[in-house]
Amino acid sequence: MSMPDHAHDEMAAAPRPPGGPMPRFEAAIVPKSSIAGRALMAVVAIMTFLASLTTGAVMLVQAAAGEWQSEVAREVTIQIRPAPGRDLDAAVNQAVDIARAQKGIAEVRPYSREESGRLLEPWLGSGLALDDLPVPRIIVVRLASDGGHDVAALRQAITALPGASLDDHRGWVERMRAMARTAIAGGAAVLALMFVVTVLSVAFATRGAMANNKPIVEVLHFIGAKDGYIAGHFQRHFLALGFKGGAIGGGAAIALFAAAQLLSDWFLATAGGDQVSALFGSFSIGVAGYLAVALQVGLVSIVTAVTSRRTVRQTLAEMT
Amino acid sequence: MVRFENVGLRYGLGPEVLRDLNFRIEPHSFQFLTGPSGAGKTSLLRLLFLSLKPTRGIVTLFGHDIGVLGKDALATLRRRIGIVFQDFRLLDHMTTYENVALPFRVMGREEATYRDEVVELLHWVGLGERMWALPPVLSGGEKQRAAIARAVIARPQLLLADEPTGNVDPSLAQRLLRLFIELNKSGTSVVIATHDIALMDQYDARRLVLHDGRLHVYD
Repeated sequence: MSMPDHAHDEMAAAPRPPGGPMPRFEAAIVPKSSIAGRALMAVVAIMTFLASLTTGAVMLVQAAAGEWQSEVAREVTIQIRPAPGRDLDAAVNQAVDIARAQKGIAEVRPYSREESGRLLEPWLGSGLALDDLPVPRIIVVRLASDGGHDVAALRQAITALPGASLDDHRGWVERMRAMARTAIAGGAAVLALMFVVTVLSVAFATRGAMANNKPIVEVLHFIGAKDGYIAGHFQRHFLALGFKGGAIGGGAAIALFAAAQLLSDWFLATAGGDQVSALFGSFSIGVAGYLAVALQVGLVSIVTAVTSRRTVRQTLAEMT
Repeated sequence: MVRFENVGLRYGLGPEVLRDLNFRIEPHSFQFLTGPSGAGKTSLLRLLFLSLKPTRGIVTLFGHDIGVLGKDALATLRRRIGIVFQDFRLLDHMTTYENVALPFRVMGREEATYRDEVVELLHWVGLGERMWALPPVLSGGEKQRAAIARAVIARPQLLLADEPTGNVDPSLAQRLLRLFIELNKSGTSVVIATHDIALMDQYDARRLVLHDGRLHVYD
């Protein structure tokens, strides 16, 4: 703008001092750092962390339940009851031969008389004379994991032997399935609640942070910025803020799961480790788990950005 | 440039705060808008800078009926209006330079294309030394000049100032009035809303006096 000379006299123009503060020509339209912004990032980080933990826990339970089920379902037990005049050893050998002749059988392992005795030790104590007791003999049949087995045909063949029966643990598997379903449904419900809480708290925290920026929205509006320009700046700023918070929370959750997996691997050979492993499997949420956490981070960022955009639009709507 | 025809304004279901306004603001004109507190000066200014729409009547700005314009079209019209708020409304996270350059940024202009213009204006309003200072460290007078510089940087056709001398001493008030007069001479229509009778007495200009929601024009 070309100014009249006498106006220069009026306003006493002064030269720029040497060595002043570093010139800055284009600050971000939305201030990068503010107390409300940091508080929002903390809320996003904490909520993403908790939501990621819940997701990971649900996935662990699901994986462990699946593992328990398949372990139990891959095994059937043949039982041969003693009876007067029955040669148990011969009956066991016969049953083993029948089982091995079936398709899709990975392993057939008959328990010896001593092994059967050891199974009873917790109830009857050691040093028993098993000859005096009618202890049935057990044969554990492991089914091939790639399928091809026909349990019904095996049952038919085994039950044809006198005193023999086949237990496919169907009762256990059903109970296990029901328990797993309950655990997963419970986890999914907690996850859904957690997700709603995360979205609501992030939305409210974003609105809080936006309230501090209302004067900026107003000034931009009055100097002729279009609504899309203003909303775009805020959306980008809050998307970045949400992403940073989400990455911190999600990253912390991933680190926690990775550490848990590492610890469970270290203690795998110990008695305690084996118990934990039996309950939770490998303690790994796997690639799907890490992807789910990454998805949550993205989702939380989008919720933050969309909420800020809506708040800006509402603020602008109130102004005209 | 601006035409009000039978304009009335009410907030919600309340009484009309502005009634039957009929006036024009011509190109290159200079006018004071005055009246007692609560007479509706701020409401009239808000109608002028398109922050409100009238509840009745027609407001025409630069040949456009603002009642039928969309949001983007209103934003484009606002770029032809400079506003100086009583409370300055400078953005605290931006330097004086960045605050003054803001209208160019929202127009989408590259920084290199307006840098000289902004620096020259800042020197003209006496803020050459305070170019890189943030508003919280500026004095009231410096903030006032920065707000005026931001309002005029994009060479608006209409300049609206709400109590521009309300926070400054009489000597600076006189200098600011000189600045507005110079801007008016360079082609900008100026409307200064003020209570300051001494300020109005210093310059013989048209007076728009609001009283009880009605406007009386003294040419």
